[in-house]
Amino acid sequence: MPTAEDVKARIEASIPGATADVESPDNVHFNARVVAEAFAGLTRIEQHRLVYAAFAGELGGEIHALQLKTETP
Amino acid sequence: MSEQTSNPIREAIAQAIDENPVILFMKGTPEQPMCGFSARTAGALQALGAPFAAVDILPDPRIRQELSALSNWPTIPQLFVNGELVGGCDIVTEMYETGELAQVLGVEQAEAQPVEAPAVGPRPMGIENNLR
Repeated sequence: MPTAEDVKARIEASIPGATADVESPDNVHFNARVVAEAFAGLTRIEQHRLVYAAFAGELGGEIHALQLKTETP
Repeated sequence: MSEQTSNPIREAIAQAIDENPVILFMKGTPEQPMCGFSARTAGALQALGAPFAAVDILPDPRIRQELSALSNWPTIPQLFVNGELVGGCDIVTEMYETGELAQVLGVEQAEAQPVEAPAVGPRPMGIENNLR
């Protein structure tokens, strides 16, 4: 099962320059706040899709839920 | 089987999105949500008194597969307004709190209340808790 550290590393590796704060009470539900320059000019939908792209196919499965807040620096 | 040219489930989903100005795909129903995130999203719509159609995706796993393929969005719930994906629980909650959701829905927002505890509807509940 992925840990909060794993999820943080995946997001930061997937989005260059991103900083992610990730918490998880159970390694199934995750709460992430992601700050990235790459979000500039994107809609919220597009910002979230960018983060989701780091977890192709795993969201809703091994990662049951990823609560997400995206921001630009 | 999503490669099939004839895909009745995806067509039915697309038609439902097309025919309903506000439609929420969720786990369970607004009256009995089966996941806390679906509960919170339905709760935001209910708190605004906005009429919406709701589709329970749980009865057939293909509904979720086809919906996500169609919307390019991996998780449930998903809210569509006028044929456009607005977002899942996080985005809808954020938009509710900023008043943007009321704008998008074309309704008046009296005063934002925390959607964690909607005035209408049951408490958020994980589906895991309902399986025995």
